Amino acid sequence: MAWQRKILRVNLTEGTCTPEPLNMEWAAQYLGQRGLATKYFVEEVDATVDPLSPDNKMIMATGPLTGTIASTGGRYSVITKGPLTGAIACSNSGGYFGAEMKFAGWDMIIFEGKADAPVYLYLEDDEAELLSADAIWGKTTWDTEAWIHTQHQDPQIRISSIGPAGENGVTYACIVNDLHRAAGRSGVGTVMGSKNLKAVAIRGTQGVRTVKDPSRFMEATTAAKKVLADNAVTGQGLPTYGTQVLMNVINETGALPTRNHRDVQFEGAGKISGEAMHEPRASDGKPNLVTNAACFACTIACGRVSRLDKNHFTVKNKPEYWGASGGLEYENAWALGAATGTDDLEALTYANFLCNAYGMDPITFGTTLGAAMELKEIGALDGVETGDDLVFGSAQALADLVEKTGKGEGFGVELGLGSKLLCDKYGHPDLSMSVKGQEFPAYDSRGIQGMGLAYATSNRGACHLRGYTVASEVLGIPVKTDPHATEGKAELVKAFQDATAAFDSAGICLFTSFAWTLADVAPQVDAACEGEWSVENLGELGERIWNLEREFNLRAGLTAKDDTLPKRLLTEAAKTGPAKGLVNKLGEMLPEYYQLRGWSEDGVPTDETLKRLGL
Amino acid sequence: MRVKLKLFASLRPLLAGAKNGEILVDLDAGATPQTLIERFALPREQVHLILVNGFYVAPDAAGERALEEGDEVAMWPPVAGG
Repeated sequence: MAWQRKILRVNLTEGTCTPEPLNMEWAAQYLGQRGLATKYFVEEVDATVDPLSPDNKMIMATGPLTGTIASTGGRYSVITKGPLTGAIACSNSGGYFGAEMKFAGWDMIIFEGKADAPVYLYLEDDEAELLSADAIWGKTTWDTEAWIHTQHQDPQIRISSIGPAGENGVTYACIVNDLHRAAGRSGVGTVMGSKNLKAVAIRGTQGVRTVKDPSRFMEATTAAKKVLADNAVTGQGLPTYGTQVLMNVINETGALPTRNHRDVQFEGAGKISGEAMHEPRASDGKPNLVTNAACFACTIACGRVSRLDKNHFTVKNKPEYWGASGGLEYENAWALGAATGTDDLEALTYANFLCNAYGMDPITFGTTLGAAMELKEIGALDGVETGDDLVFGSAQALADLVEKTGKGEGFGVELGLGSKLLCDKYGHPDLSMSVKGQEFPAYDSRGIQGMGLAYATSNRGACHLRGYTVASEVLGIPVKTDPHATEGKAELVKAFQDATAAFDSAGICLFTSFAWTLADVAPQVDAACEGEWSVENLGELGERIWNLEREFNLRAGLTAKDDTLPKRLLTEAAKTGPAKGLVNKLGEMLPEYYQLRGWSEDGVPTDETLKRLGL
Repeated sequence: MRVKLKLFASLRPLLAGAKNGEILVDLDAGATPQTLIERFALPREQVHLILVNGFYVAPDAAGERALEEGDEVAMWPPVAGG
């Protein structure tokens, strides 16, 4: 088995760290990471818990393939109840932290309670201790990592930490590892901050020596890597242009949400695209992009590393941001750019750096800023001190307010609420472009109909990583479907959701799914883990996880009424492009989706469905 | 008729002298995206995604979609994102 068969339970209230054996019965049913940690979570936590109370728990979990030679086997997830949504939260990150947790001998860490004063967890193989974080409370994630490396005199320690945003209660704080990878969405960093837990620092030296059949595992992972290398998307497209190449694709498709979803195409898309990142700047002759980068064991290497123009207004007097760091991914560039109407690539990159350093989700930050700009424009913020520049397209407002939000200053405190609470507070709840309290990512569901259903039914609120039908509807992976049609989308969404849950539970990156199907994953998991892990079993695993999450959300108080979209997307037609005249036709898809899921008309899993899935 | 050809990502350098990968092209009636691929000697295996006015044209149907005056034809190599 590739599980380490060991978890660490950290009681922050008591200050104790206790090893426990992994529940292998649950591992056989839920595999690892997203699935297995969710099983632990729902068994241990009352669904009605206040997300920011000590009674909420937070689990950092790896999958069985994490830390192995499987391509992209470096993933870990954070599972908790999210403050942004009140729903199950599960945020996935790459980098090197997850593999290090496995190397130290742990499958997952369960945090419970709340520390009296700021602490960080230090793990060195079997040794675990909680140490004072007084010296780093208030510091950025970047300074936190540097301090821990210095403190322990070990630059190879891998660290996940929160920045000031997580300490200040920004509802969408994230947990950053390896400086610029992040468990980004749903406010998992806010939960961590509420527990006075600043960081988790890990040094592991044991490797993963528990693969069930090493010879067969070598064969399976080698074959799967060849699939990635031979595939045009994972072998060429993603390494060269990263996810940011989608900026022009989605804009041409007429599904690029712009200015708080008022428009579906952005006239400045070209200036903030992947292509623009390659272009030499007029100012200094250097491109924004420095290189691509890979997470642990990844053979795709889609990551972006960028360096700012030192003379750009955002960093002229801030040399701490002159170094190369995590560059713009498509989602970040969209949220900080098109969603706010801003086409200054350097300003977007600066804002992205600050989101990493201060520890907040750039998707929710950018979309919340876009909502604030619209509130300002219609007069809803009259009398509120927002600064003069709060208008669509203002790079100055973006630069000022990303820092203020991270630091918890001025109007940044309001932006830290997220768009739902902000728009509720100022009397325009319909202007929050969110589902279940979480803001949309970078695809307008008027132009990509299936994504509307995927957003409405996502268990963690609006999200592209719970059912990425864009692959089929726009890119033709694995088969092309019409983005404007609703027929067949219920089945498509369900298939993507279930497969994604399986990928997320194995310890690998979802981006492999541009080339791999479950038929490529199954031989790797089966060679690594005890039990029989066929394509069918993995498919059923995904469905089981989806229903487990759904059940938790229903117990938390969510209902079918929450499976919906903002009025704007259902009633205001797209103004331009191929989707001109279209709204999202969610009502044509949702009943069929419930039926296919084996749920009642009220969106509740039937007893028969639960029994079939062993729930 | 005149159409606009827009090339993206690694196809862009193949349009020498074009600003931002865009160029206006005069074509005879009945021309298709395939006509553009051949005229600019684009490597066929690198043209994965074709949109005409934002609407998808399957790569194997590139020779069947008749273009019209004012059409905008966009092409990409293999790409994806998330």
